[in-house]
Amino acid sequence: MNNSVSNTARLFGAGLRALLVLTLVTGVIYPLVVTGVAQALFNDKANGSEIRSDGKVVGSSLIGQSYNLPLKKGQKTPDPDLKWFQGRPANGLGTNSVNTQYKLLLSGATNLSADSKDLLKQVEAAKAAVIKDNSVPGYTVKASEVPADAVTSSGSGLDPDISPAYAELQVHRIAAKNGLSVSAVEKLVKDHTEGRTLGFMGEPRVNVLELNIALKDLVAKQ
Amino acid sequence: MGPVLAGFLQLLALIGALALAYIPLGNYMARVYSSDKHWRVEKWIYKGIGANPDAEMTWPAYLRGVLAFSAVSVLFLYLLQRLQGILPGSLGFDSVNPAQSFNTAVSFVTNTNWQSYYGEQTMGHVVQTAGLAVQNFVSAAVGIAVAVALVRGFARSRTGELGNFWSDLVRGTLRILVPGAAIAAIVLVACGAIQNFSGIHEVGQFMGGSQQWNGGAVASQEAIKEFGTNGGGYFNANSAHPFENPTPFTNLFEIFLLLVIPFSLTRTFGVMVGSIKQGYAILATMATIWVGFVALMMWTEFAHHGPALQAAGGAYEGKEVRFGVGSSSIFAVSTTLTSTGAVDSFHSSFTGLGGGITILGMQLGEIAPGGTGSGLYGMLIMAVIAVFIAGLMVGRTPEYLGKKIGSREIKLAACYILITPALVLIFTAASMALPTPPHSMLNSGAHGFSEVLYAFSSAANNNGSAFAGLNANTDWFNTMTGLAMLLGRFLPMVFVLALAGSLAEQKPVPATAGTLRTEKPLFTGLLVGAILIITGLTYFPALALGPLAEGLAS
Repeated sequence: MNNSVSNTARLFGAGLRALLVLTLVTGVIYPLVVTGVAQALFNDKANGSEIRSDGKVVGSSLIGQSYNLPLKKGQKTPDPDLKWFQGRPANGLGTNSVNTQYKLLLSGATNLSADSKDLLKQVEAAKAAVIKDNSVPGYTVKASEVPADAVTSSGSGLDPDISPAYAELQVHRIAAKNGLSVSAVEKLVKDHTEGRTLGFMGEPRVNVLELNIALKDLVAKQ
Repeated sequence: MGPVLAGFLQLLALIGALALAYIPLGNYMARVYSSDKHWRVEKWIYKGIGANPDAEMTWPAYLRGVLAFSAVSVLFLYLLQRLQGILPGSLGFDSVNPAQSFNTAVSFVTNTNWQSYYGEQTMGHVVQTAGLAVQNFVSAAVGIAVAVALVRGFARSRTGELGNFWSDLVRGTLRILVPGAAIAAIVLVACGAIQNFSGIHEVGQFMGGSQQWNGGAVASQEAIKEFGTNGGGYFNANSAHPFENPTPFTNLFEIFLLLVIPFSLTRTFGVMVGSIKQGYAILATMATIWVGFVALMMWTEFAHHGPALQAAGGAYEGKEVRFGVGSSSIFAVSTTLTSTGAVDSFHSSFTGLGGGITILGMQLGEIAPGGTGSGLYGMLIMAVIAVFIAGLMVGRTPEYLGKKIGSREIKLAACYILITPALVLIFTAASMALPTPPHSMLNSGAHGFSEVLYAFSSAANNNGSAFAGLNANTDWFNTMTGLAMLLGRFLPMVFVLALAGSLAEQKPVPATAGTLRTEKPLFTGLLVGAILIITGLTYFPALALGPLAEGLAS
């Protein structure tokens, strides 16, 4: 009996020592070495691919932002600032209820199902808004022209990109609101459209933050 | 080029990359577990552990090593979370509550990585890197060790010896997982994944004001999360988060990482049992199911059935623009056919049938190609069952790889395949029958049921992905999924190691004209059929109530 107790103790002791040694290797040395190499070779990327405008950091080229007007009195959800290109809806991002100490950047999806009535309502409302916001005198958006990414929330809720179709759909509105010519804005979108990597990976996309920074510069030049 | 063709080309590129890695990695892993030389650093580690790496173990001794190491791991990870509030490097986050700490500890030790917490809001540097990431390595190494022990059972005869657990654990970690993950982490950083210890800090925004970022060792954890088929994200959005998975290339690269060890282990198996062709037969079985599932998934996602997706004009809900539907479909199938559970898009918002494919993928037992190690041993158990079925048909004593499949062997294999379905179906039924657990469901109707079925399929099969609308951070779900993960991981291992011991003791039977040729395509066909029929019959009623009902209604 004594023997089996001491054997068991020895076994757990070995397990604990193995865990501690492997924690040192994989939980301390490994992340520190990777961080060292990453910081030395890819400093900018390892720290979040920060992007500047007028010398100030305005976010990450990888993280989507919202381009809204300030909240009016009594308003719960802000209106979009139609001067700027709009990204995808982010209905999956709730309030920070878990940890009230911080206002951390939250990530998450709606997780609503394909047959969900709530999701159907969200999609239909988003579609109506896209049509209304982007139809300007002389240019009417048809329902069939609205691409899927314009009316659905992404997986992360932080999608930095929109499809080229959604960017093009916003061109007339952007031109009208900023007093630019349609062709100048069209060129801007074209310059910021990234095709599939190596021609076949992923989908073509337009980075909204980079596009808006370029738009800001263009407006400033005029 | 259309998105369908692009999706197909991405699949081809992935298959090409996996094929290139197959022989070198498979052979290398066979050498790792067969070599009698120890690295110097390994000798120091064995001295630290106080274990003799050359001492052969019988199956009970090997199992005791697995269980002792895992038990200590659960306790350590539990305490780390409970003490987070007073540990340095915690970014001011509180200690995690007991139920959630238990659930998370079990989840990471069992290679499941089910997460009922929000990573960026709950865990500081120390718990993430020295707790969770460590289990990403060692739980994967434990899985491979058990698989290798089973392979040794087939390869050896007239001995009870299956190798040394400590040596297998340390070698798997040091020689395979650490170097692979380190290279992968640097590749990910080069593409934009973050890797720093900046903690919580403010970053300016375009429209003024600022965002609060939680910077951490993300790339290093992301790499082993995929390479060890773990799946626990640094951030809540997992691999959909641009800081974890920044580009279309990293998306394919991460799919490659999570598939490469499970597929290549069939080569390791072939080398170790002395017949490469046997490895190819197992590989062909895994690949057939994987490719078939990917094709089905692409078909249903591109067709985007379901009222909301039809209204949107595409299955983009829960998917990122940079990946698109094609690449997201490949990821979803690969993560649920392995024990990974990482997600680059949210399965709950897939089409009804697409969601069903992810659930069925897990319910197959994650064997095509399955988790690191667990995929191979799960598939070999199915091979034993298939050989037995064939034996019944022709009235011969079944044999596999020169070993008789007698009543003891078939009992162990049968116990193995009964455990997870029992856990999934009983726990799901209990959750639906009790008054409060259904309150956790986000969606109603068939999809709500699918959320619960998904949760227990994921937990008991050690996958870790979710129909994430379900609020799993309740005492009921934290406790029950925790139990499902523990039993779903370690009970099967008991039967696998017992089977390995029993096979290793046998003397080999010479092959005769009547022996079923298990390296031939006929056997691959039989095996695919056995897997689909056994799983299909077990889960069909449950699937009919959930994803099939939803899919057929739309």
